[in-house]
Amino acid sequence: MKIALRGLTKKFGFQTVLDAVDFEVEFAHTLALIGPSGGGKSTLLRLLAGLDAPDAGEILVDGKPLPWDEEHLRLHRSRTGIVFQAFNLFPHLSALGNVMLPLTGVHRLDVATARERAMDVLKRFHLAEHASKQPAQLSGGQRQRVAIARALAVDPTFLLLDEPTSALDPEMTAEVLDVIAELRESEKPIILVTHEMGFARRSADRVAFIAQGGVLECAAAEEFFQHPRQPAVKQFLERILKY
Amino acid sequence: MQAGFFIDSSTSPARASAKVVTILLLLLAYSGVCWLAFSHSLKNWEQVWGYRMTFLNGWAATIGISAAALLLSTAIGALTALARRSAFLPLRYTAAAYVETVRGLPLVVLVLFGFYGIANAVGWNDRVSVGIVILSLFSGAYIAEMIRAGIESVGRSQWDSARAIGLTTAQTYRFVIFPQVLRQILPPVAGQFSSLIKDSSLLYIIGIPELTFAANQINSATYSTFESFVPLGICYLVLTLPVSLWTKYLESKVRYEM
Repeated sequence: MKIALRGLTKKFGFQTVLDAVDFEVEFAHTLALIGPSGGGKSTLLRLLAGLDAPDAGEILVDGKPLPWDEEHLRLHRSRTGIVFQAFNLFPHLSALGNVMLPLTGVHRLDVATARERAMDVLKRFHLAEHASKQPAQLSGGQRQRVAIARALAVDPTFLLLDEPTSALDPEMTAEVLDVIAELRESEKPIILVTHEMGFARRSADRVAFIAQGGVLECAAAEEFFQHPRQPAVKQFLERILKY
Repeated sequence: MQAGFFIDSSTSPARASAKVVTILLLLLAYSGVCWLAFSHSLKNWEQVWGYRMTFLNGWAATIGISAAALLLSTAIGALTALARRSAFLPLRYTAAAYVETVRGLPLVVLVLFGFYGIANAVGWNDRVSVGIVILSLFSGAYIAEMIRAGIESVGRSQWDSARAIGLTTAQTYRFVIFPQVLRQILPPVAGQFSSLIKDSSLLYIIGIPELTFAANQINSATYSTFESFVPLGICYLVLTLPVSLWTKYLESKVRYEM
């Protein structure tokens, strides 16, 4: 998968979060976005997802520019799997209902087909026994796994995961990271914002460091963690890996 | 009977027998009050009985008007709540002006002004349909605010998740927002529906022969105030209690935890 950013700018009020970013990256399976909080990782992910529109510049996914009008952005979102930090699920629907909603509502599958496909995905993530439970009856890790199942059920072109484990305790974090690692087999490209450095190092093909309104460094995972070049990246890694 | 027999809390739940005894005691006290109030006044039933058809016709009118206004005010409330969130300023401000005006005025002013002012001016003389519309507009303003508050109570993350899976705005309201709003607003809306049924009694001032109108008529014909108004009260209770029970049932059906 190839992502290219051309002069990408995003402002919130007076604050420029992404400042005319020019950047290109190609990766086989997983791209991890890391960096300090407020550095622009999640903003970039939301732009890639088509949830927000940039103030200037464009994003090219595999050579094709992202649309800028709401109707085409909606189509783009419907073909992209997006998972947030928390509260992904609709609390009034069961796990199965959550996975089925995009299938019936957006992709126009009939209920029987949608149910079958949703159950298949839930089974794959060992969630079949929880299919009829509502989100409040699931653990945090199970909720995130259902959210990943929902994102995958529509057969998206790629997946965007925005700190999918940062609201979880260590055990549930491991449970969800296992699932993400397994996604390698599905051959769906993943772009992942994460604070889990160990996971980024082991599972990502490439790691991009985002701070100060731009991409400071991007390299293959092993090289990135062993020989960071930028002083800001070195400092960040030293601080975060100290404990 | 031990100490604390009537206490029902999470740490010491009451026994079923305590609940039954409490209800029986209250019924006894309630009957006593009713007996004191009415035993000497409710005597003249024969004359009032002669007017039973007037009364039943009035009751039927009240039921019809309330049912129609209940549906119409829900529709008006939902549309107004959406209009108040509209990006189109004239629509948003019109909705806000409507809600604030109607909530700030007594119903009697709206009924008189609506019928003798607006409806007469445009040559709309069917009292019943005008009455239903006025009542719906009155109740709709309150329901609009309940729905608006309900919509605002649904978190930002739900909108994000709905957009992320590719739902349109209309689909988001239908599949994600309204089901959650419904759960929030059922208790206040149930109260509003009961109010609406009782408020329909004010339509007698524009001469609609509904229940209160009938009771007034029977009262002036027979000089039997209590015999006319006690059945009136009972008839309203017979309508409002089922609404209350029905919404309790709905509440239990749409319940889920956050």
